Amino acid sequence: MAGAQAGTRGKAIMSALLTIDAVSKRFRGVLAVDQVTFEIGSGSIAAVIGPNGAGKTTLFNMIAGVLAPDRGAIVFAGDRIDGLKPDQVCRRGIGRTFQLVRPFPVLSVEDNVIIGALLHRNDPAAARRRAHEVLAQLDLFDKRTQRASALTLPDRKRLEVARALATDPKLLLLDEVMAGLRPVETDRIVTILRELNRATGLTILLIEHVMRAVMALAERVLVLHHGAAIAEGAPAAVVREPAVVQSYLGAEAV
Amino acid sequence: MPAEIYLNVAVAGLLTGLVYGLMALGLSVIFGVVRVVNFAHGEMMTIAMYLAIALFNALGLDPLVMMLPIAGVLFVFGYALQAGIINPFINRPEHSQFILLVAIGLIIVNVLLIAFGPDARNVQTSYAFDSFMAGPLIVDATKVYVGAATILVTIALFAFFRFAALGKAIRACADNYTGALVVGLDINRLYALTFGIGAACVGAAGSMLVLLVDVTPALGPAYTLLAFIIVITGGLGSMPGALLGGVLIGLTEALAGLLFTPSAKSMFSFGLLVLVLLFRPQGILGRRAA
Amino acid sequence: MRRLIEGVPPRGLVGLAALCLALIVGPWVANDYLLTVLIVILYFAYTGQAWNVMMGFAGQLSLGHAIYVGLGAYAAAALYVHFGIAPWIGLAAAIALAVACGALIGFLAFRFGVAGVYFAILTIAFAEFARIGFDHFGWVGASSGFFLPVANYAHNDLWTLRGNPTMFYYVMLVLTAAAFVLCRILLKSRIGYYWQAIREDEAAARSLGIDTFRYKMYAVIISAGMTSVAGVFFAFYYNNLFPEQVFHISRSIEMILGPIIGGIGTLFGPLIGAFLLTGLSETMLELLGALGLDVPGAKQVFYGICLLLVVIVLPEGVWPWLARKLGLAEKQS
Repeated sequence: MAGAQAGTRGKAIMSALLTIDAVSKRFRGVLAVDQVTFEIGSGSIAAVIGPNGAGKTTLFNMIAGVLAPDRGAIVFAGDRIDGLKPDQVCRRGIGRTFQLVRPFPVLSVEDNVIIGALLHRNDPAAARRRAHEVLAQLDLFDKRTQRASALTLPDRKRLEVARALATDPKLLLLDEVMAGLRPVETDRIVTILRELNRATGLTILLIEHVMRAVMALAERVLVLHHGAAIAEGAPAAVVREPAVVQSYLGAEAV
Repeated sequence: MPAEIYLNVAVAGLLTGLVYGLMALGLSVIFGVVRVVNFAHGEMMTIAMYLAIALFNALGLDPLVMMLPIAGVLFVFGYALQAGIINPFINRPEHSQFILLVAIGLIIVNVLLIAFGPDARNVQTSYAFDSFMAGPLIVDATKVYVGAATILVTIALFAFFRFAALGKAIRACADNYTGALVVGLDINRLYALTFGIGAACVGAAGSMLVLLVDVTPALGPAYTLLAFIIVITGGLGSMPGALLGGVLIGLTEALAGLLFTPSAKSMFSFGLLVLVLLFRPQGILGRRAA
Repeated sequence: MRRLIEGVPPRGLVGLAALCLALIVGPWVANDYLLTVLIVILYFAYTGQAWNVMMGFAGQLSLGHAIYVGLGAYAAAALYVHFGIAPWIGLAAAIALAVACGALIGFLAFRFGVAGVYFAILTIAFAEFARIGFDHFGWVGASSGFFLPVANYAHNDLWTLRGNPTMFYYVMLVLTAAAFVLCRILLKSRIGYYWQAIREDEAAARSLGIDTFRYKMYAVIISAGMTSVAGVFFAFYYNNLFPEQVFHISRSIEMILGPIIGGIGTLFGPLIGAFLLTGLSETMLELLGALGLDVPGAKQVFYGICLLLVVIVLPEGVWPWLARKLGLAEKQS
């Protein structure tokens, strides 16, 4: 399987796990996403950044099946997935988290993850074993019997990641998973994600505002502004591009 | 069947439909602003109906004349209900709210049953058998008075929401809850006020309906369902929609009763409801998709 | 079997065993009146459990569940009266009819995104539709009622469900126990987990690959099928059916009182709720009777007040609170 490739454009389509091809979405006259094209290689970590309202979550929602693009195509592992429903997209191998975390509040941490694991396992006992594995990876095993609503925010974020991971995805979409976390917690998740990517070849696509995480994780970055892609490439190069600095980062961030 | 009969039945249905519309208007106002699904709406109306009957039997007071005082009583009842019991439920899961109101409705129906018994009652005013004639049209005087009264009340209501400061504050609440809070509106008081207004609508409608139908406690749930059908058909949250829905239902009921058997008329309403729920859930005049 | 009792504390199992024993020997110690009360309690525990599958497990509020009781009752009764078919065979028709109806309602609701209050109204409308429809359905008596031939009660015929109250008691007991076990099995399996996910957060559930339409449909048809069995019992126990009563919204509301008061989504909730509600209301009626008062509607007011109190003070229901007190906390579903 062709590995990840950092910083190079125009690589062979075959190695790309996810291809977003000239995708556009309009909401009542507002062009939320404007002909965005992007590729993510299998086993790589990529990030989408940009100011609020740039169209990042809309793009995510189109990949995840919550919305259908008006134009363009989304190809995952060789098949078109644009227009599929969210549950169908998940079954193809894409897991996602939500910008505002939504674990199942009344259920235990363990049960939350079991529900994810049940996608590929019929037997709740087998699902529980898988759930324990994933909880251990996400550092939540000790809290597995607690109610999800009783957890702190960082724990709930990791719970959502664990739950999505339990569905054995090939691609994980993380929507601002670092938001609201202290640097120490951010680093913790970054370490976990890097380890997952290294050990299992999990492909990860992040929406992030926390540049610390982006620089630490992403091999390639896509910058959106007003729905359009204004820059793309290795993080170090992208954050220096004038258009990016002007629209989003500001001189101090660089 | 001669055309005059259709015409007369249609007009009668239309006038009755106006009262239905007023009843549904109350529900629409309550739902549109307080976001409470009032499953006890019809039951509240039966309170007004029995009040009208009691006043008529005890003191000979015409329900049309007593419409305002009865509406006033229902206003207080609605205000107290919202402020006292319902308010904490606004942020609770939906089914809790429904069950609360179902419980309230259940209590109302059966207290009325205990107090007044299951037998049907009605009000016979001095003009109960009068009618107006205009060409081929023969309309019950009662229905005309009731229709006129409803139109007046509705105009007053619209004017209140359009021009009165309080009315505008209530609409602000409905349009933008957070904005209303920020501007310093006392939401709880406005909610209670709105529920009271919705209850008053139902009170007015009830005291008028008493002149048109026989009253039993079991009417409560039937009218609740009817109110929902009207509001959903006309458009949840739309005041003109409630009226339009009421008239529509009044018409279909009357005509269906004429063309088929009387009990079939409800089936038409249900059929209409199912169609609306499936194909146009926001209702005919509803603003946003439900 | 082991999986069924996993997670239950030992004193819970003892309590359960004691309850079963008490219920089994009940008829020997109870007088006729008490026996009929127990039958009613079990009936409401059963229908409450069936309704609970849709609401407590899958989160869909149905306020028109009486339609499934009615369809089951009329189907089995009609087959018996017109064709001499025994209720145990007629059961198949009853379930099939209820399942078809449930599937229709579910399909209409879920395909078109009818949820929450709209779904509840839809279920009410369907039940009303059935009530009016059956009022005109001559083959089963229409509004004048449909009657089953009442046989000699001294002779118990289990096959045709003709017999004395004791026989009916045990039939209802077995049904309730079976419902209980079925629900436990469902809850502990994949479908139970998926239902809870859908109930908690449907969008999140979909993001985990759950086909929410399919699982909501399962909840509806399982609930409908279970409820129709109660309808068959109803027909053969009371021996008369009137659309006005069987399909009426009061029946639908009665059915949901038990699980709401006992605890939606819990396994014991419907049973506790049924015991409390019927037990207390019968006691109240006895008291009123002793005072020489006959107050029609008093029972319903009592129900309404209980419902009000529970919803305000103990929104989770009586059973979760009781279980915590007794140290039997059920793994909350």
